[in-house]
Amino acid sequence: MSTAKRLFHQFGSPPWLFRFCGWVVPWLWGAFFVLAAWGLWWGLVKAPPDYLQGESVRIMYVHVPSAWMSMMIYALMAMFSIGALVWHVRAAEVLAMASAPIGAAFTLLALVTGSLWGRPTWGTYWIWDARLTSELVLLFLYLGVMGLYNAFDEPRKGARAAGLLSIVGLVNLPIIHYSVVWWNTLHQPGSVGVTGSSIHPDMLWPLLIMALATKFYYGANLLTRTRVRLLEENRNRRWARDWILGDST
Amino acid sequence: MSGRVFLPLLRRDLLLAYRRRSELLQPLVFLLVVVSLFPLGVGPGPQILGRIAVGVIWIAALLATVLSLDALFRSDYEDGSLEQLVVSGHSLALVGLAKVCVHWLVAGLPIVLLSPLLAVWMNLGDGGLSILVASLLLGTPTLSLLGAIGSALTVSLRRGGQLLSLLVFPLFVPILIMATSAVSSAVDGLPYNGQLGLLAAGLIAAVTLAPWAIAAALKLSLE
Repeated sequence: MSTAKRLFHQFGSPPWLFRFCGWVVPWLWGAFFVLAAWGLWWGLVKAPPDYLQGESVRIMYVHVPSAWMSMMIYALMAMFSIGALVWHVRAAEVLAMASAPIGAAFTLLALVTGSLWGRPTWGTYWIWDARLTSELVLLFLYLGVMGLYNAFDEPRKGARAAGLLSIVGLVNLPIIHYSVVWWNTLHQPGSVGVTGSSIHPDMLWPLLIMALATKFYYGANLLTRTRVRLLEENRNRRWARDWILGDST
Repeated sequence: MSGRVFLPLLRRDLLLAYRRRSELLQPLVFLLVVVSLFPLGVGPGPQILGRIAVGVIWIAALLATVLSLDALFRSDYEDGSLEQLVVSGHSLALVGLAKVCVHWLVAGLPIVLLSPLLAVWMNLGDGGLSILVASLLLGTPTLSLLGAIGSALTVSLRRGGQLLSLLVFPLFVPILIMATSAVSSAVDGLPYNGQLGLLAAGLIAAVTLAPWAIAAALKLSLE
């Protein structure tokens, strides 16, 4: 059996995945806390204020990484769902459905910080800017996936149905995004734009560190949720009972 | 043998729809009521109504479509005939497509036919009416196709109707944007071929892809 095939089967097996998560999770949380502390200190304290936007530019160090994560997680959720529906990998179902609340939280964070940032820079909390609007639609897509998953009594069936919905959403997402961009530019051209064409290294570095930190946060949160979910789904299995009773780690 | 399911199913469902005429009228009455609430809400001034006419008519059409979509697979699911169709070995994508065709004929087409009346009520500008009808002709089948995916996913749920609107409205966003923009452009005397072309492209893409998603969703729901 080739290495790739063995890995594929290992990740598909709940006890193996459970142990793997338990081993990786502390490191991921640790990396997140270190990077987030470093990035936030650099971004909120050390980095210079913007000469146009002043101190409010510091919202960027949370806003931009959240927006990036909101889209990346949706894509990953749909990929996991393809794995779940095409190859019937049980672990992929769990990973996909554990991704949804994290992605929704990042989307909400991006919307809230964007709205708070909009007040000092654009003079209003909400504007039907193309990016804000497509982020809002993304939030609705996440809520739909989560709602569908929770509506089923049987979690496995819910995960498959919600997974199919997330794949349909992935196909639609670029269409939605471009139509919204096109809609906005047609109605109010050029009233809103990103300030400055390039970012100074002193502002770019904390942004990149925060982007990395959010990825570790996603990994840590995802695998923690996956562990809980695996334990819940397999509570009647021997390995899960043994673990709960403290016989093995 | 899989080719022989489309037409019989189409005829059967049309007959069933004809026998339940009063149920079919409900979404249309809903459409009329929703549109007539707008003049009451924003005032009867023809200027304001004319400006929001396209958006109101299209959003009312979206709501009416979702209202009728909830029942798309419901009765067949409850009396077990959907299960028979799944185990029959016929192509489920064709079954889904037949269902969608019937849905559009009984729920989408009447909206198109009612739209001239709505345009008069809402004081839609001159030159907008033909494009409104064209945009509805191209757009409502896409709504039926996309909505049927959501309907198939929620058919086994007890309270699927409320969830359905949350699932499908985000997917309807591009159609709403293109259709309303086409009509607004036509009213303003601007070219509108691009938007209608994109609506047609969306319809073609949906006809090609949606039946497979509907088939997969039906299989999941009947597991």
